Amino acid sequence: MKLFEYRGKELFDKYDIAVPNGKLVNSEKDLSGLKFPFVLKAQVPIGGRGKAGGIKSAENLNDAKEKFSQIMGMDIKGFTVKKVYAEEKVEIKKELYLSITLDRTKRMPLIMISGEGGMDIESVPDDKIFKEWVNPLIGIQSFNIRNVVSKLKLEKEEVRGIAKIISKIYKMFREYDCELVEINPLIIRSDGSAMALDSKVTINDDAMFRHSDIAPELVELTALEKDAKQKGISFIQLDGNIGVIANGAGLTMATLDALTHYEGKGGVFLDLGGTDDPEKVKQAFELMKKAKPKVIFLNLFGGITKCDTVAKGVKAVITKEGIDCPVITRIKGMNEDAAKDILKDAGLITATTLQDAAQRSSDMAGGA
Amino acid sequence: MAIFVDKKNKLVVQGATGHQGVFHIGEMKNFGTNVVAGVTPGKAGQDVQSVPIFNDVMDAVDETGANTSLILVPARFAKDAVFEALDAGIKTVVVITENIPFHDAMEFVHYAKYKDAVLIGPNCPGIASPGKTKIGILPGSIFLEGNVGVASRSGTLTYEIVNSLSEKGMGQSTCVGLGGDPIIGTSFINALDAFEKDKETKAVVLVGEIGGTAEEDAADHIIEHIGKPVFAFIAGRTAPPGKRMGHAGAIIARGKGTAASKIKAFEKADVKLAQFPTDIADLVEKYS
Repeated sequence: MKLFEYRGKELFDKYDIAVPNGKLVNSEKDLSGLKFPFVLKAQVPIGGRGKAGGIKSAENLNDAKEKFSQIMGMDIKGFTVKKVYAEEKVEIKKELYLSITLDRTKRMPLIMISGEGGMDIESVPDDKIFKEWVNPLIGIQSFNIRNVVSKLKLEKEEVRGIAKIISKIYKMFREYDCELVEINPLIIRSDGSAMALDSKVTINDDAMFRHSDIAPELVELTALEKDAKQKGISFIQLDGNIGVIANGAGLTMATLDALTHYEGKGGVFLDLGGTDDPEKVKQAFELMKKAKPKVIFLNLFGGITKCDTVAKGVKAVITKEGIDCPVITRIKGMNEDAAKDILKDAGLITATTLQDAAQRSSDMAGGA
Repeated sequence: MAIFVDKKNKLVVQGATGHQGVFHIGEMKNFGTNVVAGVTPGKAGQDVQSVPIFNDVMDAVDETGANTSLILVPARFAKDAVFEALDAGIKTVVVITENIPFHDAMEFVHYAKYKDAVLIGPNCPGIASPGKTKIGILPGSIFLEGNVGVASRSGTLTYEIVNSLSEKGMGQSTCVGLGGDPIIGTSFINALDAFEKDKETKAVVLVGEIGGTAEEDAADHIIEHIGKPVFAFIAGRTAPPGKRMGHAGAIIARGKGTAASKIKAFEKADVKLAQFPTDIADLVEKYS
């Protein structure tokens, strides 16, 4: 789960990491109480908001009111701005980049730091970004911090400030089960102290059960996706018009690929997982109907999950509630013949191969 | 021969008395797996499908000589279960459980390394060496004994591919489900090295997915170290870009991780790529 900047900074505050004085602004009357000049920042779960006009500085109250009304409600890459954070401007001596994330290949937390922080960190060459891996069993040690900090050309008192922040950020990364903690820019002020001007914090969804103090945020999801998430169904809306239901994430992705091969375009990715529970199958079809695809493509491989059990569930929903678009099915594996009979009986189209089914679905949907 | 598991594996199932445990102990026994014990705290003295249940892994090891564990416990207890198995001297641990916090996975993957144990998973269907043993939840009916090694990051898609190989009469030496999580104990590279050494394996099939750089790393490794023919399928070629982990993800990946990058890497390593999962069998037949 990605946290909004201001929520990430609340966590920074908890770990005694300095951030500028700021507050959440819900309406114009919240604009008082901060020193001018300050910056108004759109709270959206996506990068690039500065370039999109989601960050503006305000010199006085009238200016602030005008800028606030511009940012609140604006659209940034598909996200409507519903929260604005105001933050006092601070003087900056140096801008650095700092992050901790996981390195999948080494299976270890990776600290990255660069003396060239700011907007365009992705174009900074590799030899200017210093990396240090931490053994997850022993946690961060002083030598880890020395290894990276020594590579930055910093003055003595600056080194101490940065070293402290790295150790605090690691603690937070670990204790809050973070996938990512990123500060860009991490600034050094004229007195040598360090401060986080931005925050990007992602908490591992699978670990949310042990962080009851973090309220869940489903801002990145569509209404139907939220509904699906609450029902425990893996459901993603895409921009095509063919609704794909398959079992297993890999097979569902492969099904979308097959459609693309025949110039069809997936509109929904629905992964049934290992279930053949009729109630889950019913919920899945209900969600799919609400997404209004032109064609539904059901692609099943039965291993432990028996094809005929799923087919029975499908038939039950369709005969009871009806369906207003063609459903093309391709069934393979355990008890496939019985399953095909059940689906034919329910009036669905049964294709023989994945290619055949993908081609027919794409043709019926009329291309993309 | 086979890789990682064979007739010598004596299995203890952790989380044996739940619905999944009971069902899969039966399925594994039907496949020929030597299931010697189950563990569920507080349930010692019971049995499941004639397999004795113990309170802890140490007891199970002492009484039965178990050397392999299958983890079926819920996600929040999985780390504890893996540590317990490794501390009891288990040398092969297969973790089926999904949704394990990845910080937990990082810890137990590293602990397994220090204990010199093989850890497969988490979030995987397990491993099967047809004619010998199956440690996991893969459907037994799809397998055929033979010479193709399969390593996969996916579940159902693997079954589909194995099934199509078996239908064409091309059996498998070992099929290992590596797991779909960002942090896994056994990688494509580990599996490739084992298949390269295995006399029974004549060709290797890799089933990859978008995200991470496991396929690119495997491709580099194949160029240097693998002589046997390798075939691959990559799922997600048209999937929308997955979640991006801030700039940090982009800095690590540097353009890797996409389907295009994986396909390019495999082509460079002379790995034959299938367009559809069911085409893999034709490719293997044609080129090996």
